[in-house]
Amino acid sequence: MDIKVSEPSTPFPGTIHETPGGGILLSSLDDVINWARSNSLWPLVFGTSCCAIEMMSVASAKYDFSRFGFEVFRASPRQADVIIISGTIVNKMAPVLKRLFDQMPEPKYVIAMGACATSGGPFFYNTYSVVKGADHVIPVDVYLAGCPPRPEALLHALITLQEKIKSGLTREQIRSKMSEEYGK
Amino acid sequence: MRNVVDTTPEGNMVLNVGPQHPSTHGVLHLFITVNGETILNLDPNIGYIHRSIEKMCESLSYRQFIYSTSRMDYLSAHMNNHGCALTVEKGLQIEVPERAEVIRVIISELTRLASHQLWWGSLAMDLGALSPFFYAFREREMITDIMEETCGARLTMNYIVPGGVMADIHPDFQRKVKEFMVQFKSKIGEYHELVTDNVIFQNRTKGIGKLSKEDAISYGCTGPTARGSGLSCDIRKIYPYSAYKNIQFNEIIETEGDSFARYMVRMREMEESVHIIEQLIDNIPEGEFQAKTKAVLKLPKGEFYTRLETARGELGVYIVSEGGTTPYRIKFRSPGFSNLSALNHMVKGHKIGDLVSVMGTLDLVIPDIDR
Amino acid sequence: MENEHLLNSLQTGFPEAAIAIGSDWPEMSIESTQLLEVIEKLKGSDKWDFDYLFCETCVDWKTHFTMVYHLSSTQYRHSMVLKAKVDREIPQIESVVKFYKTAEMLEREVYDLFGIQFLNHPDLRRLLLTEDWVGYPLRKDYHDPINMIKL
Repeated sequence: MDIKVSEPSTPFPGTIHETPGGGILLSSLDDVINWARSNSLWPLVFGTSCCAIEMMSVASAKYDFSRFGFEVFRASPRQADVIIISGTIVNKMAPVLKRLFDQMPEPKYVIAMGACATSGGPFFYNTYSVVKGADHVIPVDVYLAGCPPRPEALLHALITLQEKIKSGLTREQIRSKMSEEYGK
Repeated sequence: MRNVVDTTPEGNMVLNVGPQHPSTHGVLHLFITVNGETILNLDPNIGYIHRSIEKMCESLSYRQFIYSTSRMDYLSAHMNNHGCALTVEKGLQIEVPERAEVIRVIISELTRLASHQLWWGSLAMDLGALSPFFYAFREREMITDIMEETCGARLTMNYIVPGGVMADIHPDFQRKVKEFMVQFKSKIGEYHELVTDNVIFQNRTKGIGKLSKEDAISYGCTGPTARGSGLSCDIRKIYPYSAYKNIQFNEIIETEGDSFARYMVRMREMEESVHIIEQLIDNIPEGEFQAKTKAVLKLPKGEFYTRLETARGELGVYIVSEGGTTPYRIKFRSPGFSNLSALNHMVKGHKIGDLVSVMGTLDLVIPDIDR
Repeated sequence: MENEHLLNSLQTGFPEAAIAIGSDWPEMSIESTQLLEVIEKLKGSDKWDFDYLFCETCVDWKTHFTMVYHLSSTQYRHSMVLKAKVDREIPQIESVVKFYKTAEMLEREVYDLFGIQFLNHPDLRRLLLTEDWVGYPLRKDYHDPINMIKL
């Protein structure tokens, strides 16, 4: 019997073995779970300033992001997977951001959108109330530059996050792998 | 920070609305005291996006501080830049060329249209209708395409500078603006059919959030919020500046004072903006697009104030200069700040669902309030 | 009323105050103790009728503060600037909330950023900064080595 191994025509992770009467798909459960998670990330409604308008543009019909699986914005952090920090974080807002991040269930991811969330942006010098970068408050997975970044740039950041999840390299995946190893 | 559900001695509840909430249009935190579902008192807590722009501008030169004002009220970014440029020009006595004035007004009116469209889309979304949001963005994307070709950016463009405009308009500008107008005029009827004539929308906005004319004056309300209560306060008409001195348009005033009146003021303002652009788009005079100015600007000692009309109301730019290259003190009088102070008065006695409708028609942009 | 006409009218009405034309409008400088009676006259009289306070702010001149009020009339469409000098050691001035309700939030902002106490204000507390913030940032001698990174 000639068993052919071929690459799947869909991006589904795994290899297909062509056998008569159908095919057999072989994959690892981690890969399948990562693939499923990356294709259905639901963002949280969190926009503080100007980058929120570009985020709304990405959600609207011209640069539609629901074709990538980011179907709905959830208002409650308990139902969201990814938080897109769009806008400046100031001293008064930092505890709120921390509390929202703590309320999100695992697995959760963070995208820092725009120059303000990455490093304080145009408000870096001579300001007394701006947190110079959202990663002083919560751990960030993807940084995105721009003031504001174009909608295509935000789509690129979301796709980068998807690839990061599929390859198992986000912070919480590395952390859970390390805790498994230490547990042994 | 009070962060638990409280009760007052009379048995009422104090709830938090925001700061992370889909309908607060930014980070606005409200403490509302409710009895059942009726609001008794409302206390806004702002400062969640206070980026200390006024202090920061004291160390930036007169050409540099314009970028930070684009980010204050980002939906009418050009008008904020226009205000700063007018104040600096007033201090230095610079004559702006005719061509630059006309380009500035056309770009400002396009920005006003874009801002009102986004307002319309998000107001409808807050009240439960999701489709108008996408229709609003369809037209808004046409405007941002025009902006991107001429000014270089989609949202925060520092195009209006002291002396004129940063660069000449793109050769396709006039054609694209005319195409946009044709499209917009055919769609505005759709907007009215979809939302204005909808019986649920009318029930949710008529009679809600009444603001009388005396209260509007006392609370310092400006813009469409005050014009919906019968106060005539359009700075473009009363103290005209730039190319507004030479064109004809109407000031829209409604007398009811409720949410529906404020909504109709903005819808008719969109049509007036189209009328203004039509008067100017074919008559852009030839000439320079920027007056010759020195590289380093130094304002003489004194104080300068400019009033102008943004999409939300009257913006004031107040510069106190001691003769150096940086301002001694800058104050931005923001329209949203005074409109927000009237919110407590407007929602007393209404339900929580009406709060959303009133906040939507006030059209608050929180970074404009917090600076 | 035109600027010249308004200037003459104000000079007859307030003979002991210093009034001049600034860059746009007549400017009147008074002491902080006279504030309430001056505003009552400006708002209440029929020929001036300044019922719209469109900007209230403060400037720090290192030896003293100056509170600046921009007033306008919705009926006659004229405007003026009122300046009141406030002592730096004991920064106190009367609140104008009973004349203009918009002053409630504007004065809270000035208190928050400059530290000026407004007497008889219904609810004077910090507005833009957190409640436990120490210091008044917009003063010229404010020093914050942790948060402010110098250019």
